[in-house]
Amino acid sequence: MSLLTIEQLKIGYEGQPVVSDLNFRVDMGDYLCIVGENGSGKSTLMRTLLHLIPPLGGKITYGDGLRANEIGYLPQQTLVQKDFPASVREIVLSGCQGRLGLRPFYNAEERKLAEENMKRMNIYDLADRSYRMLSGGQQQRVLLARALCATRKLLLLDEPVSGLDPKVTSDMYELITSLNKEGITIIMISHDITAAIRYASHILHIGSQVFFGTRNMYLQSDAGKMFRAEEKGASSHAE
Amino acid sequence: MLSKLLLYFQFPFVRYALIVGVLIALCSSLLGVTLVLKRFSFIGDGLSHVAFGAIAIATVLRVSNDMLLVLPLTVISAVLLLRTGQNSRIRGDAAIAMISVGALALGYLLMNIFPVSSNLSGDVCSTLFGSTSILTLTAREVILCAILSLVVVAVFILCYNRIFAVTFDENFALSAGTPADRYNLLIAVITAVIIVLAMNLVGSLLISALVIFPALSAMRIFHSFRQVTICSAILSVICALGGMITAILADTPVGSTIVAADVLVFFICWAIGSLRKTA
Ligand SMILES: Nc1ncnc2c1ncn2[C@@H]1O[C@H](COP(=O)(O)OP(=O)(O)OP(=O)(O)O)[C@@H](O)[C@H]1O
Ligand SMILES: [Mg+2]
Repeated sequence: MSLLTIEQLKIGYEGQPVVSDLNFRVDMGDYLCIVGENGSGKSTLMRTLLHLIPPLGGKITYGDGLRANEIGYLPQQTLVQKDFPASVREIVLSGCQGRLGLRPFYNAEERKLAEENMKRMNIYDLADRSYRMLSGGQQQRVLLARALCATRKLLLLDEPVSGLDPKVTSDMYELITSLNKEGITIIMISHDITAAIRYASHILHIGSQVFFGTRNMYLQSDAGKMFRAEEKGASSHAE
Repeated sequence: MLSKLLLYFQFPFVRYALIVGVLIALCSSLLGVTLVLKRFSFIGDGLSHVAFGAIAIATVLRVSNDMLLVLPLTVISAVLLLRTGQNSRIRGDAAIAMISVGALALGYLLMNIFPVSSNLSGDVCSTLFGSTSILTLTAREVILCAILSLVVVAVFILCYNRIFAVTFDENFALSAGTPADRYNLLIAVITAVIIVLAMNLVGSLLISALVIFPALSAMRIFHSFRQVTICSAILSVICALGGMITAILADTPVGSTIVAADVLVFFICWAIGSLRKTA
């Protein structure tokens, strides 16, 4: 059974659809990249998969014993966080909030999980530093460590590399790829079609045309050809 | 000076005032960080004006224990303000401004039309700036204030991790199954309770200062949420104690003396913070 099955899904806000007729499946171990123009509904889709907003129609089925609150989520950054007084440890630990149940405080096991994930993301030496004084790349690692505290199976990443420089961006992609190799399923939104083609196993392109399939199928498809032609056009303009 | 202080401590009302003042200062500082960062500080300000209007109504109706009327009215307004704030169609700030200025005007109008004492401007002034009301609390009001403050502190400690999570990142909190709406509601209700409590200490115009200054001061020096919360609680209590004792000794208005102490501490913290940065 698939980890996630999406059938005839229609998404949007307050009855106004943004995208309809979405059909795709995500299996354990997949690396799915969602691409599309600004405003095409990528974040909306992710928010719908997380049950943050209700679907306008269709069905989302979780398989393999996955529960909706066992998904690790890395949202697009919000303004509040820019000057929030919080240590790295506090933020990573808050990734365990889904495990709290009715308990008011975190237990030793959850603290250990947070430490392990900080080590995994190479930010353990920053544990007591202030989040707002970190670089953009370090901040994204913190949020990734937090997302890892929430899940063992599935990560949803909304533009994890936006605002990062090329070197840090490729480090971040390598990190995500290594997590995928460890067996964590990845669903990532990206504007970077070249990176999507390099790293992902499957691609979902939303917009006027919807495409879903493996990386290779995407390279052959109209949408993929169009997008790559645009990319070429854009880069030759820039030169 | 010490002997004068000791003499004052003989009076139960002075002791009551100090106990209640410390408790109120403690709980009003707890939510400061959350309110500042969630851009809820306007709600606090708006609510204090609502509380002023409610007190005017209580005065006109000659309700003996006005907190029993003011508290529910303010809590209801808090819930309503939160609702309109989330509604994307009406701008949250505009709604808050409307309600708060409306309540202020209505309150003053009521007190004018139905004056209960000959000293109208004195009444208005003491409601706005607190004047000496903390020194005139009855034993029943003291107990009510103490219980409410302790409940606020207890609820805050029990919900500390969730309040942190919801303040830092509402979307992530929701995705992890934390009912963020419920915690936002809780934050709004606690804010309303704190404001009604703090009216006794500093009056309705100065409440925002009591809520926000300690948090802003602590944020200059400390960088984790826990440290900032603890530090702002300590600063707030010190300022309240210092302010109240100064007010008693120097015969200055209690509310504004406390807020002056808060402002002073803010500048000290700001200086320490910028010295550290350059060092
Ligand atoms: N809270 C909201 N209420 C109503 N409409 C919204 C809301 N958030 C987004 N939209 C609309 O939904 C559409 C899709 O937005 P979404 O954020 O999903 O785009 P996106 O693909 O993530 O874009 P970007 O690449 O810029 O992040 C947009 O037209 C946007 O205006
Ligand atoms: Mg988006």
